[in-house]
Amino acid sequence: MAKHRISVAVNGTAREAEVESRLLLVHLIREVFRLTGTHVGCDTSHCGACTVILDGVPVKSCTVLAVQADGCKIATVEGLEQGGKLHPVQEGFTEKHGLQCGFCTPGMLMTTSALLERNNNPSEQEIREAISGNLCRCTGYVNIVRAVQYAAEKMR
Amino acid sequence: MIPAAFDYHCPSSLDEAIGLLARHGSEAKVLSGGMSLLPVLKLRLGSFAHLVDIGRIPGLDAIREENGFLTIGAMTRQAALERSELIRTRYPILGDAVPLIADPLVRNRGTVGGNLANGDPANDQPAIMLALGATLVARGPKGERSIAANQFYKALYTTALAPDEILTQIRIPIPPPRSGGAYLKLKRKTGDFAAAAAAVQVTVAGNGSIERAGIGLTNAGPTPVEATDAAKFLVGKAPDEKTIAEAARMAAAKSEPSADRRGSVEYKKEMARVLVGRALHKALARAGGK
Repeated sequence: MAKHRISVAVNGTAREAEVESRLLLVHLIREVFRLTGTHVGCDTSHCGACTVILDGVPVKSCTVLAVQADGCKIATVEGLEQGGKLHPVQEGFTEKHGLQCGFCTPGMLMTTSALLERNNNPSEQEIREAISGNLCRCTGYVNIVRAVQYAAEKMR
Repeated sequence: MIPAAFDYHCPSSLDEAIGLLARHGSEAKVLSGGMSLLPVLKLRLGSFAHLVDIGRIPGLDAIREENGFLTIGAMTRQAALERSELIRTRYPILGDAVPLIADPLVRNRGTVGGNLANGDPANDQPAIMLALGATLVARGPKGERSIAANQFYKALYTTALAPDEILTQIRIPIPPPRSGGAYLKLKRKTGDFAAAAAAVQVTVAGNGSIERAGIGLTNAGPTPVEATDAAKFLVGKAPDEKTIAEAARMAAAKSEPSADRRGSVEYKKEMARVLVGRALHKALARAGGK
């Protein structure tokens, strides 16, 4: 089976890799690029722990092939912090206790940062809809919603 | 979970894609958004030696009204459909349905063509295309052909598409004035398939009677179900409570669901009846007929 040479920009840095067709994007990120902030949760495209932003769009990286990302920009949780300053969603999750075990958090941060890029004044309903593909089994979502509202205010 | 090995092809034109499918026959599978195919490969419920990714072929993702039809490119992402002003304002049956498909992250990748061509009766858009009287356009080595939505589904996961054909476009007749549609879905949670769901599209005549009706049911048998008897029954009648209730009963009688964690056969059939009735009310209200 042929291998493919792919080029991607990960958190603004150009990277190349030679990948098997069947390599999943999440494994490219974690095992080839060693960026382990992106988690593998259910591995069946339900839980959203593996969410990354692909060309501006949040996707479940366990259900995208690495070769499909050739030429694309990939943003992972490691890229949220800029120059030692937390992204507003990271600050929000810290301030509003938006996580307990933290396993879903990287995916939550990516989904909600993408939401706020598009809409920096979302209603509670819009926030809840945006994160409906990201499962959290600890918080009951109440504090996650507050964290996103906190971040939204910071970003306005 | 890692899929069995395969070769990945990324053609830049439809002709190139069709050539790859023709060469590799049943060993090849079209990869669109991948939201059904990749889980199948990962769970090893199926395997293909060749994946032909149509995601980079230009011109397959337009949504527009032209020559009396709404045309939707097969590679149109569900998220694009969801954000389309045209769909939201003029095609409420689709506007209702798209936010109920999977979850927002899956809709960012999943495509309309994939939803239709996968042949899964649990998918939401096949029933809608039945209700709308849509035509599915396929391209193969011999050129283009049109397949009526109600001729498209042959058996579970089996469609009228030949192995070397690609679904390229969905063509929906632009509904005349005094038309309305609705899609109602009962599901346990975000991301779930329907326990029952009803797609209804109606057109009301000037005198208030029903001129045309289309009814489709999701997850109500091995293929998407078109409730033709119920639709015919409605034509020419005034849309009163009794008529709607009878049509809903007739539609549910066509439902052949199987029992699973979403409910028993009896429950699902009863829910289909309730949802068809409610969808008819909603569609008629939107048509301005009552």
